[in-house]
Amino acid sequence: MMRAPATDLPVRLDDASFAVGTVTIIDRMTLTFAPGAPTLVIGPNGAGKTTLLRLAMGLAAPTSGTVTFGGRERGPPLRRAFVFQRPVMLRRSVAANLRYALSAAGMPRRQHDGRIAELLALVGLTGIGDRPARRLSGGEQQRLALARALAREPEILFLDEPTASLDPAATKAVEDIVAQVAARGIKVVMSTHDLAKAKRLAGDIVLIHRGRVVETGPAEEFFAAPKTDAARRFIAGELLI
Amino acid sequence: MMQTRRTFFALATFALLAAPALAQDKSIVVASTTSTQDSGLFGHILPLFKQRTGIDVKVVSQGTGQALDTGRRGDADVVFVHARPQEERFVADGFGVKRNAVMYNDFVLIGPGSDPAGIRGSKDILAALKTIKDKGAVFISRGDKSGTHAAELNLWKLAGIDIAKDKGPWYREIGQGMGAALNTAAASDAYVLADRGTWLSFKNRGDLVIAVEGDNRLFNQYGIILVNPARHAHVKKDLGQAFIDWIISPEGQEAIADYRIGGEQLFFPNATVPGA
Amino acid sequence: MKCNQNGMETSSALELVLRGDPALLAIVRLSLAVSLSAVLFAALVGLPLGAALALTRFPGRGAAIVVLNALMGLPPVVVGLAVYLLLSRSGPLGELGLLFTPQAMVIAQAILIAPIVAALARQTLEDLWLEYRDELSAMGVGPARRIATLIWDGRFSLLTALLAGFGRAAAEVGAVIIVGGNIDGFTRVMTTAIALETSKGDLPLALGLGFVLIAIVVVVNALAWGARRAGERMAG
Repeated sequence: MMRAPATDLPVRLDDASFAVGTVTIIDRMTLTFAPGAPTLVIGPNGAGKTTLLRLAMGLAAPTSGTVTFGGRERGPPLRRAFVFQRPVMLRRSVAANLRYALSAAGMPRRQHDGRIAELLALVGLTGIGDRPARRLSGGEQQRLALARALAREPEILFLDEPTASLDPAATKAVEDIVAQVAARGIKVVMSTHDLAKAKRLAGDIVLIHRGRVVETGPAEEFFAAPKTDAARRFIAGELLI
Repeated sequence: MMQTRRTFFALATFALLAAPALAQDKSIVVASTTSTQDSGLFGHILPLFKQRTGIDVKVVSQGTGQALDTGRRGDADVVFVHARPQEERFVADGFGVKRNAVMYNDFVLIGPGSDPAGIRGSKDILAALKTIKDKGAVFISRGDKSGTHAAELNLWKLAGIDIAKDKGPWYREIGQGMGAALNTAAASDAYVLADRGTWLSFKNRGDLVIAVEGDNRLFNQYGIILVNPARHAHVKKDLGQAFIDWIISPEGQEAIADYRIGGEQLFFPNATVPGA
Repeated sequence: MKCNQNGMETSSALELVLRGDPALLAIVRLSLAVSLSAVLFAALVGLPLGAALALTRFPGRGAAIVVLNALMGLPPVVVGLAVYLLLSRSGPLGELGLLFTPQAMVIAQAILIAPIVAALARQTLEDLWLEYRDELSAMGVGPARRIATLIWDGRFSLLTALLAGFGRAAAEVGAVIIVGGNIDGFTRVMTTAIALETSKGDLPLALGLGFVLIAIVVVVNALAWGARRAGERMAG
């Protein structure tokens, strides 16, 4: 018998579908997220980006097909983490939010303080650890959400349109952190409907539309020589309906 | 937070477990009647007993029937009630050790000042009850198996009235204590049988006055009984017996005789009278 | 009240309070101790139960919620009787010797209000759970910790559930008079003292004590409200 792998990678969708009632949101997708450069999931609104990320995180179970994490089909997230478009802060201080995540990830209590300081520094929130987390601005909350996700020491980090509701300055701050995270070797999977953002950060591109994968490939190839008509039209800024 | 909660829990658990043990320190539970409690007798005599012996007496005041039942279940060490036939059965059934006579007072028939039955001033309780029934004047019955209730039922029987069969809308059983019965009578211009002690200390009389008193058949004897330790091993027989011994001693009897409201004596000690 | 038992002039309840009548203060203290302890025990059972119901889905959950909501209306006298039979020397827990003690009163009141705490907590925490579910799942938080998190983060809203329980406990007379016995200086609380004064026909004193009881409940609520305001400002 093989030893259970202590890793969540690769995350693999195999012919996975997700339907709510008669509405199919993810339609028989087969995809793999393996270590490497950031993967940007792009597509028009309603294409199924959020649902794809939730399936890949294990927050939702496919209604048919399988999703596996490091070869296992179920189980709690070991080393994957998620940043939501609108993160929910616990009703506690900034530091206590991080402490909570560290403790949920099983880090011994005595290491918490040092790690909290590191994380706060990483996301530029040093000095406001005592503030109530829910009083932070949207941009600060999003950076705290990133720090909280990183507290889990993830191998793979999912970000669901993390800057969609932020102003340009806050967007840049978050993107800088994401780039830094990716540079440390953490696999980043981020969804966006914003092509400029995708160009700045990818990696690889996964274009989805109506719950199906339309085209995948390295970013330079995707933008320089799209293989499908839908990709060409999406890059050209036409509506995909 | 978890720290605080744990402390709370520990304290509460301690309080829950430790207090009864502490409370066992020289105290007994006496199941008694509302008449002894509401009349204020216990408030007068218990401090004297405590001073003499250091024993705390915890009085649970109920109707006589319920008080005897509390004793039967072993939830009291001593019962102090007023319904002789029931007391004697309690002892005969092995629930009590011995019945001791303590004191007596009397019942009085209370009624509205307007006296709708026209019985005020009579010395014949049986004739008065017959008149109440014949005129259909409103009568409040305790209906709670208390000593007073038992006495009332006995009086109806002596008057030749089968109250279970003859009662009409004028006869109202409220199933509550003496005070509640007096409150009800005051509010509905009704007649009611009460023990004199409760009547004297009762404050919400409204229009109520004594209608009938002084009939020998209104005699109300109190008795005290130690719950049988052979039946309930946890009964504090030494402390309970000490209370009984004191209350029938000259000192206890004098304390009872000393209790007055407005100069009027409420209870008449008779522990030494044979056959009481 | 001692002064009445001694047949002295009836004092108004207000005078008793202003004079700091020791018997009355002892009764007030016991009322608070009994009802607050009951709230504590009810919270230890009711909050986790309410939280568990808020965040789980199982067949029969709807029925469980209906039953729990219905139990909010438990008749105090029935609870009192059940606890009486349980704690009586002739009952299954008679060995403990708890009947006619403040502990018995705490038990009866805790049973009475645990469903109130649980049902109101369930309602409050269900909304919080909708908000937290994704984040906690993403952090791999297990069931026990989820319950603890909901209770802690919902603590200011849950205060309302605890206050509802306290109000009911402090106001009820049916259960405590049966299991406590209304023993002077030992198990007499505000409500049983009011019942006693009523039966003695001293209606003004009974009513006055009623106002004192209401004032106590108002003060407890005001303190809780203040604590909630301050806490919310700090915790966000």
